[in-house]
Amino acid sequence: MAVSDHAADVSHAMITTPVAPADWLVVTPIIITILGGVFCLMTRKQTKIQPRIAIATLGLLMLSNFGLLARVMEKGVITMVMGQWLPPYGIAFTVDATGAMLALIASIVAFATALYGVGDSDAASRRYGFYPFLMLLMTGVSGTFLTGDIFNLYVWFEVLLISSFGLLILGSDKAQLDGAVKYGILNLIATTLFLIATGYLYGLVGTLNMADIPRSVAALPDRAPITTVAMLYLLAFAMKAAAFPVNFWLPASYHTPRIAVAGVFAGLLTKVGIYALMRTMVMLLPIHHALLADVLAVVAVATMISGALGAMAQSDLRRALGYLVISSIGSMLAGIAVSTALSLTGTILYAIHSILVMTGLYFVTGMAGRMSGTFALRQLGGLYGKSPLLALAFIILAMSFSGLPPTSGFWAKVLLVDASLKSDWPWLAGSILVAGFLTTIALARIGLYAFWRGGPEGTPDGTAFAYAESADMNAPDVTAAYTGMWLALGLLVGLSLFIGLAPDGLVAIARAGAAGLVDPSNYIGSVFGGAGGQP
Amino acid sequence: MEAGFAVLIGFIFAASIYLMLSRQLIRILLGVSILSNAVNLLIFTAGRLEREVPPVIPDSALVPVGATANPLPQALILTAIVISFSFFAFLLVLAFRAYQELGTDDANEMRVAEPKGEARPPMGY
Repeated sequence: MAVSDHAADVSHAMITTPVAPADWLVVTPIIITILGGVFCLMTRKQTKIQPRIAIATLGLLMLSNFGLLARVMEKGVITMVMGQWLPPYGIAFTVDATGAMLALIASIVAFATALYGVGDSDAASRRYGFYPFLMLLMTGVSGTFLTGDIFNLYVWFEVLLISSFGLLILGSDKAQLDGAVKYGILNLIATTLFLIATGYLYGLVGTLNMADIPRSVAALPDRAPITTVAMLYLLAFAMKAAAFPVNFWLPASYHTPRIAVAGVFAGLLTKVGIYALMRTMVMLLPIHHALLADVLAVVAVATMISGALGAMAQSDLRRALGYLVISSIGSMLAGIAVSTALSLTGTILYAIHSILVMTGLYFVTGMAGRMSGTFALRQLGGLYGKSPLLALAFIILAMSFSGLPPTSGFWAKVLLVDASLKSDWPWLAGSILVAGFLTTIALARIGLYAFWRGGPEGTPDGTAFAYAESADMNAPDVTAAYTGMWLALGLLVGLSLFIGLAPDGLVAIARAGAAGLVDPSNYIGSVFGGAGGQP
Repeated sequence: MEAGFAVLIGFIFAASIYLMLSRQLIRILLGVSILSNAVNLLIFTAGRLEREVPPVIPDSALVPVGATANPLPQALILTAIVISFSFFAFLLVLAFRAYQELGTDDANEMRVAEPKGEARPPMGY
């Protein structure tokens, strides 16, 4: 009987045990954000309801990701296979400590952005889809961090890319269109390079499952073609991460959208590239990483130094921040270049820190611009007198970004420098410190001009410049707008300080994540071993 | 057969890169469009070419009999086609809007976001 034959055969091709209820947390981030995006889209015209839906959804996303992280730290790597096909067939979602932690931080930043957006997005930009795009951006970002299939990773990259296009051109003014053309074309070329590399990889090893690739690559008799694939991945993700010679799309576009958008871009999009680099270069193709380590190190140094110098040479606050994003990417690349468990712990910690702090710096800039009506460094000044609290937030974030204690940046830099010295890369360690020094100067310069001096250029020493209170300053909805912004900023600054004062828990998570990247046996075991349901 | 396809794909890549190196926005976009088609063909070829045997399992068997065409690259390409088509549509509209607003399709003249000859940053305090 053909029918009974087929029925008996199912366990050879499919996972028969049901998924444990808590393991559904692997896919809930995607479901939550898509549904939230749909609801926001349906209430497109009710611009007052949208922020509430978005904040509730992203709050739920934070809780879900928190639960997922707790589950991963308790049980180890979790796998869920779509359609219950036995791996390596079917698309697997495989979550380890790195992915879960980054997904959690990303959702926190998205939550802060939704809060900030209450004041920053006007009715028009909400009608054109600020909140729906933000939700779908988070679908892409969550998918990227959680998936265990390299082609699926490409699909999530495209989801977040198309959402970012939508966010970037929300106001469709001239500068935004100009920036979006460069951002759009160069990022599309980068993801196409990623697809080319994936096509070659599939042709060579015949699998796309990230747990299957390391084994299949190690079994290949000839290494040479895989080196080409590794180089292509490096180029594609370096472009996404804005590493030095291929990063000119970032300073061309990041200062054009509204601040809430720029903040979430600066926090998340480049780090997605860093995450993908860690996955491919360290976990999937470790042998070929050794060949490219020198290239990565040189790129890292060039990125961090050129970013810091670029930030110093800007006269527009937002453009200076764009270069600071690049500088921070360099430090993370340094950790990937060294590629020991310690340096990757540093990279993961730095990514977490940088996601929080970069978004925070953009928010401070946005509020400074709102209070003074300009982003030009020549026309800014006297903000300390205007809002001491904002100056305090800036100082904390600036110290954190430069890597000074007692903030999150300090520990990340300590780990990176320590790892570089232990692995005999003294010049890399030196460059991290020099770049830290240069970013300190760049940020101190901004602090001096925008916050500390009495007023804009031309204000005599010793006098305080009185800003004209804009007429709508005390209107109730403006006060409400500022409330959301302060809450968002407080959340980010508070987290950076908290990580700086009590880093132990986070370092433990980052260490677990880095160990999983260097030795993926748990990752592979989770997909092919037991946790998927099959003994 | 793969070798012939490899050469063909090489030519298509060369054409797309040549177009993308141009300064005119519309040529860059044509290059991007050709690039995505070249990639589709690349994935198809990388999945090995097998003629005219659909991957269908006969009723009496549990696994395919003999070599069949590989269905996975086709699934990948289908996904990639949909994605690249939607991106191309978006970029086309974006380029048209940029041309309307900025009055140029020359990448060298699109300097609104990063204007030439800006005031230098403040040097003294």
